[in-house]
Amino acid sequence: MDKFQNIKSIPAYLPIVNVDTDMIIPKQFLKTIKRTGLGVSLFFEMRYDKQTHKPIKDFVLNVDPYTSSKILIGENNFGCGSSREHAPWALLDFGIKVIIAPSFADIFYNNCFKNGILPIVLPEEKIKELSKFSLEKKEIEVNLEEQKITKGDNQPIEFEVEPFRKECLINGYDDIALTLKKQTHIDSFIEKQKSKTPWHF
Amino acid sequence: MPQTLYDKIFESHLVHKQDDGTCLIYIDRHLVHEVTSPQAFEGLRMNNRKVFSPESTLAVADHNVPTTDRSKPIENIDSKLQYETLEKNCKDFGLNFFALNDIRQGIVHVIGPEQGFTQPGMTIVCGDSHTATHGAFGALAAGIGTSEVEHVLATQTLLQSKLKNMKIEVNGKLSTGVTAKDIILTVIGILGTAGGGGYALEFSGEVIKNLTMEERMTVCNMAIEAGSRVGIIEPDEKTFEFLKGKPMAPKGEQWDKAMEHWATLKSDPDAKYDKTITLKGEEIIPSVTWGTSPEDVLPINASIPSLDEIHDKDKKQAVIRSLEYMGLNPKDKLEDISIDKVFIGSCTNGRIEDLRAAASILKGNKVSKNVTGYVVPGSGLVKKQAEEEGLDKIFIDAGLEWREAGCSMCLGMNPDQLKPKERCASTSNRNFEGRQGMDGRTHLMSPAMAAAAAIEGKLTDVRKFL
Ligand code: SF4
Repeated sequence: MDKFQNIKSIPAYLPIVNVDTDMIIPKQFLKTIKRTGLGVSLFFEMRYDKQTHKPIKDFVLNVDPYTSSKILIGENNFGCGSSREHAPWALLDFGIKVIIAPSFADIFYNNCFKNGILPIVLPEEKIKELSKFSLEKKEIEVNLEEQKITKGDNQPIEFEVEPFRKECLINGYDDIALTLKKQTHIDSFIEKQKSKTPWHF
Repeated sequence: MPQTLYDKIFESHLVHKQDDGTCLIYIDRHLVHEVTSPQAFEGLRMNNRKVFSPESTLAVADHNVPTTDRSKPIENIDSKLQYETLEKNCKDFGLNFFALNDIRQGIVHVIGPEQGFTQPGMTIVCGDSHTATHGAFGALAAGIGTSEVEHVLATQTLLQSKLKNMKIEVNGKLSTGVTAKDIILTVIGILGTAGGGGYALEFSGEVIKNLTMEERMTVCNMAIEAGSRVGIIEPDEKTFEFLKGKPMAPKGEQWDKAMEHWATLKSDPDAKYDKTITLKGEEIIPSVTWGTSPEDVLPINASIPSLDEIHDKDKKQAVIRSLEYMGLNPKDKLEDISIDKVFIGSCTNGRIEDLRAAASILKGNKVSKNVTGYVVPGSGLVKKQAEEEGLDKIFIDAGLEWREAGCSMCLGMNPDQLKPKERCASTSNRNFEGRQGMDGRTHLMSPAMAAAAAIEGKLTDVRKFL
């Protein structure tokens, strides 16, 4: 996984609640056996005309400068529904590295970190404040190290992130390699468990 | 300290806890399907890793497979590639795989319990958000993403933080015509699609105790539609009875030991829950969804809300959008909504009891002339059982198509899809925009309600048929 660096971008704002992963990447794109190449199909049904398949002019990610946004601002319960990791893959492939919303669905939130995307939870009034920067096409900067979002000369917005997840993002750690270092713990757990619940093995 | 069943299983599977509280959990059982696994196997190969415990893994193709004649090759090239990729991955990594022509093939969440692969007290994961289904057996079962699928394949563990506990107590009795689906739809209506976020939902109370195992699976299955990854029910005699003799369940002496252990899997009487919701069984009414979120649910005798009743601005905006999509208006009576399609199946309602429930309504009846539809058994074994009972004939005589096992029109990855604007009475679990086909319109309900809707050609109260 790439190391997470500071992200500076004009954010794109999608003012829809309960954005589900079927919307982020519809099922016809789940037939892939790769992680890459999903960016063009991100938000497919909202982004392209059903008949002509041409980009719909007023969908935010089709409008410059949001076509190159690295930050997406969403609303409550972002990423709900199916567990498909194709959703963060599609966002990442489009170029989105940070998603800011008042709340996220659990599985999606987790899937973001596994792919080097930073999901940030902020109260609704902060979302409103940040969405203005999107509408005015002004850049904001997300600094994970310092856990803050800077925007022009205004007071930065601070955000929370679990220390372990932060460390993994910043260093681009591979979870599996980290876990395999705990092999002795796993082995001794199995040993113990084999006597307690032998039918599990 | 008194503990909930969720706490107990979580803690008994703790391999290691980091200083910051991140827990490494051992995973007993892993279900794998063709859509969310190819990239995980690719990752293993790229890093030269093996599968840690092949015997703890069971793989099957369900999401993307055709439900028509299985003797022909899969037509869609992408689906075929995905199927063959899974088959090859299972071969290369030594995993147990149920092929398409194997009678045991079916939806992951149907075959796990059916084979006795799912057992009480286990941790069970699958790259699929409806994994909570297995919680009906008193297992800690949760959906995961593909990176986590890879993590489990490589290490048989998962990094997890502990969830909070929510108790959903359903007391009293259900009225006639009210099913497990109505219970869970009602719960989702109360909690909202985000209400269960961060919680493990434990279902309890007299009504839950009285449910069959299949009904309990329907309830746990849709925990995710209330925002929760985990739904769980204490195992009891019914659970053990269900598992007894299943191919992958423990046998002989192991069975006795397992029973002893399973009997201890209960929440302590004074366990603390972070939240409790109590419902009266008598107050639950056959329910249907009207919008594009599972929380848009109402009793069948109700009308779509008027916009003035909705004060939350987000919600109002969502309702306007969803009514436009659904081609409905505020205050429309639910019983006036006509349908074009019916879909009976899915991991929520594709088991034998579900098919029996639908067949009991359809028996001797024809579906309305404007309605077509599919009945799709959850597994090859469910199909066989249904055919032995003659249910297939009832469906066919009523005018519905009887299909091979798979996810089918629950998500329409295969050719089983709604056409734009087609309206479907569906026993599946998601009514999202485009879920069953581009611009398709989904109303979620129980199998009996879907059968009744098919006959009348519109949403209707199944209790009229009883
Ligand atoms: S039946 Fe539907 S919800 Fe269940 S696993 Fe298949 S696609 Fe997912």
